[in-house]
Amino acid sequence: MSQARALESRGAFASLKYRKNRDRAVEVVLLSAGLVAVFTTVAIVSILLYESSAFFAHVSIKDFLTDTTWTPLFAEAHFGILPLVSGTLTVTFVALLVAIPLGTIIAIYLSEFAPHRAREILKPVLELLGAVPTVVYGYFALLMVTPLLQKLIPGLPGFNMLSAGLVIGLMIVPYIASVSEDAMRAVPRYMREGSYAMGATRLQTALRVVVPGAFSGLAAAYILGISRAIGETMVVAIAAGMQPTFTFDPRQPAETITAFIVQVSLGDLPHGSIGYQSIFAAGLVLMLMTLVFNLIGFFLTRRFREAY
Amino acid sequence: MSTDVLMTLEEIRSGVVSRKRFDKIFALLGLLVLMSCLGVLALLFFDLVRDGASRFGWSFFTNFPSRKAEHAGILSAWVGTSLIMLVTALVALPIGVAAAIYLEEYAPKNWFTGIIEINVTNLAGVPSIVYGLLALGLFVYKFGFGQSVLSAGLTLALLILPIVIVATRESLRSVPKAIREAAYGLGATRWEVTKDHVLPYSTGGILTGLILGLSRAIGETAPIITIGALSFIAFLPPSPVNGHFPFLNFEWLTSEFTAMPIQMFNWVSRPDQAFQANAAAAGAILLGMTLLMNGIAIVIRYRFRKKINW
Repeated sequence: MSQARALESRGAFASLKYRKNRDRAVEVVLLSAGLVAVFTTVAIVSILLYESSAFFAHVSIKDFLTDTTWTPLFAEAHFGILPLVSGTLTVTFVALLVAIPLGTIIAIYLSEFAPHRAREILKPVLELLGAVPTVVYGYFALLMVTPLLQKLIPGLPGFNMLSAGLVIGLMIVPYIASVSEDAMRAVPRYMREGSYAMGATRLQTALRVVVPGAFSGLAAAYILGISRAIGETMVVAIAAGMQPTFTFDPRQPAETITAFIVQVSLGDLPHGSIGYQSIFAAGLVLMLMTLVFNLIGFFLTRRFREAY
Repeated sequence: MSTDVLMTLEEIRSGVVSRKRFDKIFALLGLLVLMSCLGVLALLFFDLVRDGASRFGWSFFTNFPSRKAEHAGILSAWVGTSLIMLVTALVALPIGVAAAIYLEEYAPKNWFTGIIEINVTNLAGVPSIVYGLLALGLFVYKFGFGQSVLSAGLTLALLILPIVIVATRESLRSVPKAIREAAYGLGATRWEVTKDHVLPYSTGGILTGLILGLSRAIGETAPIITIGALSFIAFLPPSPVNGHFPFLNFEWLTSEFTAMPIQMFNWVSRPDQAFQANAAAAGAILLGMTLLMNGIAIVIRYRFRKKINW
């Protein structure tokens, strides 16, 4: 009796028509939640384009892409994005020099060498490394890594791209390791068995069978890693200094696109001023750079999932 | 048979030995690299605790920021962070779960669903500061929410939405088809199947996703700076709960705020050495909270996986 009442209260005895209509209503609600993702993308693109178009009404695109000085807040303003791009690329390059070898070695180890139980424990622990707040990594870069580097490289300035890049590299190691490992584990077992049957060691199997077999997945991991490094903000804002300089020397202080946005946001900039618009123009460049890498990565991962 | 083509037994043996040696060396190298990465994490945490040790104490949690390092505390920062997390969780959980249910249980396989899926994947890769720019243009100015707790909470909710969606989808997918078929066989509608059978089994995965999302949101600094969080706030937002009817008020949503990572960033970027101890202490607390949340997520995932035997 009470069970029947419980069922009734949940609408189980309601008419079929009512239940079908309720189903349809729920589907509309769920769909609109799904559309929030589409809406977010559309909103990001339109906000960036809208504010940037106001920016490009003042600044010619030619100056923006060729001028090597970026001083949008000075009285004599220059709007060349190149110094910010050079800073971003240099930091990203340093980060990849750390993250790609370390991430790949860890992925090979976890996928081909580590016993099952060890992998189950080590992988989540490694992923903690990617969960550390970036502002904490910034502290680490500025107050621990830089003093250490200054002992190795005399004359290294207190703010430099090298230490920021190294720390960002460390930060994306778990990400690269995790995506690469997924790709390697998607390589079918029979390929490894074939290799072992020919008398190859685990290392030979890993390097000559698994890695080539997972190539598009590894490429995706690296490319998504690049996109992460380009978009990283707080480490560079804290440790790389905030002076836009057109240089590719990692020992110099410089500013990345992301750090510039932070620098402007820290000040109290009036809504609608050229400085306010400049962060959206910088954001647009950042978005385009990461979008290209994300799309390449997306199609590469889809390929390795379908390959076997 | 000419012997100069084939290797001698000795050569084969030495070849096997050296290949096996390389194999062992690489296994050690892999373990070493992995351990040194984890070692850095441990080092980082201990260093923060050591540098910030002089600041830990009750007053650090109950003091407002101050111009004097030894009196400066994180009261407005942790209250701000808690309120933002509340908004983020309340927004991201229902939307994320609903979107995931739609994609996993309802969506037909067509180009339109494909667009939503590509969007979710792409949003996961958008740099967090771009979310900040979105929030600045949309929430702060277009919608007129201002530099408020509400703007910050909504921004971080959008930021962690992909995390919640992906985690929820994975746990929905792991519910066996047989359970759905049994419910359909008894005449349940699609929503009844989802609500009464699929969702209860996926609670663990959904919770894990939400906690991981929140642990990401709690440390996010860049988007909140972009919105215009202030780092020197010597007041608290109005309390969400009060003594008279209707016992809840929503003024705190529109209050200006600061948050833990902002406070830490402010202290790190001061030239004065004394504030670096504050930064370290705040960082240790922040890192401790993130690690704790991740730990809880791992435990929940593990327990649920153990409890359910299909």
